[in-house]
Amino acid sequence: MPYIPHDGLETAVMLAAVGVDSLDQLFDEIPPALQVHDMVLPEGLSEMALQRELEGRALSNAPLRCFAGGGAYAHHIPAIVWEITGRGEFYSAYTPYQPEASQGTLQVIYEYQSFITRLTGLEVSNASLYDGASGLAEACLMALRIQGSDKSILVPENLLPGWRRALDSVLGLQNIRLVSVPYDRATGTLILPADAGDAAALIIPQSNALGLLESVDALTDWAHAHGLLAVAVVNPLALALLKAPGDWGTQGADMAVGEGQPLGIPLSGGGPYFGFLACRKPHVRQLPGRLVAKTVDGQGREGFCLTLQAREQHIRRGKATSNICTNQGLMVTAAAIHMATLGGHGLQQTAVLCHERAVRLRELLTVVPGVSLPYGGPFFHEFVLRLPHAAVVVRDALLGHGLLAGLPLSDWGMGEAGDLLVCTTELLEETDLLAYRDALTAVLETL
Amino acid sequence: MSDSIFDHDHHFPAVELPSDIPAELLRKAPLNLPNPAELEVLRHYTRLSQKNFSIDTQFYPLGSCTMKYNPRIAHTMASLPGFARLHPDTPAPAMQGLLRVLWELQEWLAAATGMAAVSLTPAAGAQGELAGVAMIRAYHAARGDHGRRKMLIPTAAHGTNPASAQMAGFDVVEIPNLADGDLDMAFLDQHLGPDVAGIMLTNPSTLGVFERRIADIAARVHGAGGLLYYDGANLNAILGRVQPGQMGFDVMHLNLHKTFATPHGGGGPGAGAVAVQERLRPFLPLPMVTRAEEGALHWLDEGDLPQSIGRLSAHGGNVGVLLRAHAYIRRLGRAGVGRVSAYAALNANYLLRELQRVGYQAAFPGRRASHEFILSVSDLQKATGVRALDVAKRLLDFGIHAPTIYFPQLVPECLLIEPTETESKATLDRFVAVMAQIRQEALEQPELLREAPHHLPVGRLDEALAARRLDVAAAQ
Amino acid sequence: MSKIPETLRYSDTHEWVEDLGGGRYRVGITDHAQELLGDLVYVEVPDTGKAIHGGAVCGVLESVKAAADLYAPLDGTVVERNDGLGDNPQWLNEDPYGQGWIMVVEADAAACAGLLDAAAYGKLAES
Repeated sequence: MPYIPHDGLETAVMLAAVGVDSLDQLFDEIPPALQVHDMVLPEGLSEMALQRELEGRALSNAPLRCFAGGGAYAHHIPAIVWEITGRGEFYSAYTPYQPEASQGTLQVIYEYQSFITRLTGLEVSNASLYDGASGLAEACLMALRIQGSDKSILVPENLLPGWRRALDSVLGLQNIRLVSVPYDRATGTLILPADAGDAAALIIPQSNALGLLESVDALTDWAHAHGLLAVAVVNPLALALLKAPGDWGTQGADMAVGEGQPLGIPLSGGGPYFGFLACRKPHVRQLPGRLVAKTVDGQGREGFCLTLQAREQHIRRGKATSNICTNQGLMVTAAAIHMATLGGHGLQQTAVLCHERAVRLRELLTVVPGVSLPYGGPFFHEFVLRLPHAAVVVRDALLGHGLLAGLPLSDWGMGEAGDLLVCTTELLEETDLLAYRDALTAVLETL
Repeated sequence: MSDSIFDHDHHFPAVELPSDIPAELLRKAPLNLPNPAELEVLRHYTRLSQKNFSIDTQFYPLGSCTMKYNPRIAHTMASLPGFARLHPDTPAPAMQGLLRVLWELQEWLAAATGMAAVSLTPAAGAQGELAGVAMIRAYHAARGDHGRRKMLIPTAAHGTNPASAQMAGFDVVEIPNLADGDLDMAFLDQHLGPDVAGIMLTNPSTLGVFERRIADIAARVHGAGGLLYYDGANLNAILGRVQPGQMGFDVMHLNLHKTFATPHGGGGPGAGAVAVQERLRPFLPLPMVTRAEEGALHWLDEGDLPQSIGRLSAHGGNVGVLLRAHAYIRRLGRAGVGRVSAYAALNANYLLRELQRVGYQAAFPGRRASHEFILSVSDLQKATGVRALDVAKRLLDFGIHAPTIYFPQLVPECLLIEPTETESKATLDRFVAVMAQIRQEALEQPELLREAPHHLPVGRLDEALAARRLDVAAAQ
Repeated sequence: MSKIPETLRYSDTHEWVEDLGGGRYRVGITDHAQELLGDLVYVEVPDTGKAIHGGAVCGVLESVKAAADLYAPLDGTVVERNDGLGDNPQWLNEDPYGQGWIMVVEADAAACAGLLDAAAYGKLAES
C-alpha cells in the first residue's frame, strides 16, 4: 500500500485494541446513507510508471527560449538554492508555532525580512504573502485600515492587468472603489491625477506594465501632498539598481509590495511564487501575515519566534488584519538562500546584465524592417516593440523557432495590435539575441 | 550568539550602474546585502535546517494540520524542467502537458468530493475559503436576493472561517457546540432566516468527531435559502468514505497540503482548490482549464465565465503544488485514495485508546475519533499545575513534535492529536510510551515539564520581549 | 487571588473607574483582567477628545497569544491618555491600578450608576 506502512497483522492487532472488527466499523457513527464505496478515479501507478507518465507530459511542453516577462521572469537559480531548500527539514516542516523546534525556519525568515527591508529601504517586512498581486490587495486593505475613513484606492491604468483583476476581486467584496489613474499614451507613463477624492493610497508601479520607469519621486510627493499613502509596486531584482521605495520623494513611499519570483523561484507555470510586503514601523500593527522577531530564552540565549500574532486570524478570528494563515515559507527559504548566494554584489551584477541585454536586444530589433518603438523612456529589462502585424500572430509564428518572443499587449487590452512586450534576463546571451533578430526578420518576411 | 548570515561578508568593488537610466531613478547607495562565499551559504543554511523538526526527521502529530509523509517522487516530478521552466503566459498549444495535468486534477478532485466542478486557482486554504464565501455572495446577488448578510460559523471553527467571511463582507454569527461535540440545533433554528447567506462547517468538526446530523442541518439551511460551505481542513478523515457533495454541501475548499500530501514547507505554499455543486459553477474563480471537443486544452477566462468571482492572484495559482497533488493521487489511484481515511482513522482511534490506557483523558470519551482526537490535561493542571503547554514542550525533548494545543479553545488544556495514516504502529507505540513517561514526570517532578524543553537549541523564548522590542530585521 | 481595591468602581467587562472629582474619572483594567490576558504587549487607547460609550468597544488590548477588546466602562469623553503605555505595555501587568492606568474620561455623575462595587466585582471575577 503506497505510503501506508501497516501489514495485515499490525492492522489486526490495532483493530482489536480499538475493539472493532473491521476498518469499516471505525466509521459507524457516520450514517450509512452518506457513505460511498466507489469514486471515478484512475487506477494507481507504480512510482516507475508514474515517473514515465509525467516525464512524458513535461516533455510535451515545448522547451522555449524565454523573452516573456509581465510579472514572471526566467532567471538563473544557483544549484545550491533548491538543493538546500529541498532538504526535508525545510520542505516537510510546519509553520513555526513551536519556536524551540523551528529555529531554522524562523531564522531564515528573519534573514529574509532583513534582506527585503534593505532592498526596499523600509523598516519592516512581513514573512511574505501568496504572490505579488494578492499581496497588493492586502497592501490596499492595510492602507485603508491606516487611513480609517477612506473608501477608494488610486490604481494606475498601466499596472499589470492580472494584478488589477486580483484587486477587483478582493477589494470589490468590501465595496472599495478602484479609481483609475490614466497614463500618457505618448510616453507610457502616469499622468498626475487631478484630485485624490476619498482615496487612501496611490499605487505606484516601478516599472509599469509597459516596462517603463515612472517618475516615482514626483508621484510619491503628490500622494503625500494630498494626504494619501504611497504604495510602491516593485520588482525586487530591479531594486538592486533602482532607487529604494523608502527613498522615493521627500518622505519615501509608505509601503512596498511586489512579486518575489525573480529571487530564486522557478517559473513553474505561474506558481507557487511569493509576495513581499514592507512598511514603516509605525504601521506594523496593520501589517497582515506572519512576522518573525529576535528575542532571548530563559538563559539569555538568542532565538527567534513569531510575533504580533494577535493581529492574525487564529487569535483575532473575524477581527484579524487578514484571513491569511500561511506565508509562502518554502519560497521565502529559497529567496533568502538565493539572495545570500548572489550577495548584494551578485544581485547588482545580475540586474545590470538584465538591463544591458534588454538595451542590446532593443537595438538589434529596431533595425528589423517594419519594427518600431512606441515609447522612448528609460526602462529596466522590458520594453514594448511595435510590429507591422498582429503581435499574437508573430508570437505564435516565433514559437516554431523555439522562442517565446514576448507578451502581446492586446492579450491585456492595452496598446495596439502590433505591440509586443519583450523581456531579457541574464539567461539570454548574445547568440540568443541574434537568434531572436534573425527569427523575427524571417517571420516578418513571410507574413 | 547565533550564527548570522550577516557575519559572512566579503568585499567587492562597487558595481557600475547603467548610464542610460536617469540618476534620480537609481539607488542612492550600494545595496547593503552581505556577500558570503558559496560554501559559507551552504553551511549556514544546512546548519539552520538542522534546527528544525520536520516530518522527514520526526513524528509530527499536529492536530488539524495533517502532517503526513510528502512523497519525494512528487517533488521530483514537479521539478522536471518541462514544468519548472514554463512561463505562465506560454500559449496553450505549447503547454498541453501541464494543462492536461491540471485538467485531470480538476476532474479527480471533483470525483473525490462528489462535486460538479473545481477551480484550482486559490493559493491556500484561506484563499479558497475567501473564494468560496465570495461565490455564496455572488450566487445570492445573481438571484436578486440581497438581504443575506449573515454567515453562521461554529464557535469551534478554524479562525480563518470568520476572518474569510468578514473579508467577503459578511456578518459572522457564532453557533455553539453541545457537550457531545455536535452542533446546537436549537440555536441554529433560532438564527436561520431570510438574512442568512449560509453556514461554514468542518466535518468531522474541529472537535475530532463526525457531525452526525449533517443531513438534517443541510435540509434546514437549504430550507431557509442558505448555502453550506465545507471547510476541507479535515477531509483526510473521510477521503474515499464520505463525500462533501453527498452530505449536502454546496461549495468547499480542499487543503491539498494536508489531504493530498503536498509539503507544508515551514508555512506554505499551500493550495486551496475550490469545488462546487452545479448551481455555483458560473461563479468559480479564474482561471480554470477546459477541454475542447477535439481534446485540446485551454484556459477559461472572463469571456467564458462572466459571472466568475474573478482572479485571486496574477496567474493560475500554485501550479507546482498542484503538480505534486496530481502525482500523489495518480500514485495512489482509486484504491489508495480509499485507504487514506481508513488508516488515518485506525491510527487515531488506536492512539486514543492507548493514551487513555496510560491515564490520559479524552475530551469526548463516548465518541469515535475521526482522524484526530482531543485530550484534556485539566486533571494534571489541577493536581500539579502542569499545563498542556508544558506537556507539549516536554515532548520536544523526546524528538517528537508537539500536538496542536489550546485549539479548539472550548476544551480547556487540550491537546489535538492527529497521527495520519503514514505512521507505523511502532511509531505510535513509542509515542504512547513517551506520553506515559511524561505523565509520570508531571506527577512526580512537574518542574521538569514547566522548564522544558531542555535539549533543543533554545529553551522557551521570551515572546513578550519579542513583541515589545520588535527586532524584526538585522540592524545595518 | 487578584487585587480589588475597595475605593474603586468596576464594570462587568473588567475595567476599573476611579472618581477624581470634578466629573473626571480615571479608567484602567483590573488585576483580574491582566492575569487572564497574560503578558500585555500592546494597548490601543482612544484619542483625547473622543466620545466613548459605556459597554461599547473603545480600544484593543494585545498579549502575546490573545487579543481582547477594551470596553468603555461609562459614557463620556476622553480627556487624557496614558501615552507611556505605548513603550511600556508591561505596566498593565505590573501595576494595573497605578502606573498602568489607561485614560481619564469626563462624564456626568449619572454615567457611573451601573458600575459595581468591589464586593460585587469580586463575586463576578470569582465566577
